[in-house]
Amino acid sequence: MVKRFPAAVFLALSFGAFLAATASHWDTVPARDHARTNPLAGKPETAVAGALLYREHCQQCHAADAQGDGQKKPSLRTASVRGATDGDLEWFLRQGDLKHGMPSWSNLPQAQRWQIIAYLRSLP
Amino acid sequence: MLLLASHRLRLAAFLLLLFVSLPFRGTAQDKPYFVTYSHDLEEPGNLEVETKSAIARPEHGHHFGALATELEYGARAWWTTELYLDGQTTGGQSTLFTGFRWENRFRPLMHEYAVNPVLYVEFENISAADKNVLEVVGHDVESDLDVPNAVARAEHQHEGELKLILSSNVHDWNISENFISEKNLGHAPWEFGYAVAVAHPLRAASSGRECTLCAEKFIAGLEAYGGLGDTWDLSLRQTSHYLAPVVGWQLPAHMRLSFSPSLGMTRSSMDQFYRVGFAYEFSDIDNKLLGHKRKGKVW
Repeated sequence: MVKRFPAAVFLALSFGAFLAATASHWDTVPARDHARTNPLAGKPETAVAGALLYREHCQQCHAADAQGDGQKKPSLRTASVRGATDGDLEWFLRQGDLKHGMPSWSNLPQAQRWQIIAYLRSLP
Repeated sequence: MLLLASHRLRLAAFLLLLFVSLPFRGTAQDKPYFVTYSHDLEEPGNLEVETKSAIARPEHGHHFGALATELEYGARAWWTTELYLDGQTTGGQSTLFTGFRWENRFRPLMHEYAVNPVLYVEFENISAADKNVLEVVGHDVESDLDVPNAVARAEHQHEGELKLILSSNVHDWNISENFISEKNLGHAPWEFGYAVAVAHPLRAASSGRECTLCAEKFIAGLEAYGGLGDTWDLSLRQTSHYLAPVVGWQLPAHMRLSFSPSLGMTRSSMDQFYRVGFAYEFSDIDNKLLGHKRKGKVW
């Protein structure tokens, strides 16, 4: 019994590490936020306004074409971003990722965060 | 004399060239508060230069204008460091450099919550002639500002200051509360103060067009601040309290202007004084000037 205990702990830790490694970043988004839809979606002017906001706030790090710089500045035209729900993206904009240099954009009005997301969705 | 003028001209030309060659970016939705801090930090790698002026005429003193020049740098997304250079000019007296402040703000929690704490640590080396009123603590009163410059400048204050900043963004409102404790590093008591503020943009959604005088470029609010006594006399007796409407305007070329009239609420306060702030932000300055690349994370 005593010998089995470390093995059980090791297995549990390994399983946890495996789950963490395979989990999507968006898995941490609360269900309520994940399910949200963009209330401004579908209006052409929303993406136009989002483009302006993107230029003001996001372009500095993510580049004018949202491709990043291929090295340190992350692209927003990845499968992960495309696969995220609007709610995931709004949650992430609000939270930021301070550890990795992404500021929280909770200081932007919520409507402007939705406009940015509409613009990102409009990218080819 | 001519040589000196030529040097100054070249220096001015160099500074102008440096100024126009650096990329400007927006500081939209920065809070127009003059005393209260929200949990907004400077974006990493950016440098914001802001001047904050205070103009007043104390009841028994000369009119004055004080200017604080603030250099705010985003060291990390969770850490902002700032240097203030303070000065003032008092009518009929003199113009003085009154000292400097070095402050740091840290976000200890990496996520956004209903209430977001920020820890603030400051060291200041200023003379008693400082009139910027960037915070009110202890038993700061109007008569402190009546002391002639020639006398006040001789008194130097080395002070440490701690603030607990709590701030929330709720339905496009920002609500911020600051609890201030300040200690003169000499034999003096801890002094306490507070600052609270709310602000809301005049229009939440962007219109999608470049404009200057449109509602989305304005943010308005109200702040209140004052002293709460000190460890020798923890009371509101002889303390100053102010109520100040604030308005911020995002200008073209990504500059920002803010304005606030402050109204004294107690007999120890100045009746009124006015503040004007002007800011612009240099983006990605460490990359442009020092060649540092910041690490991002690919999602």
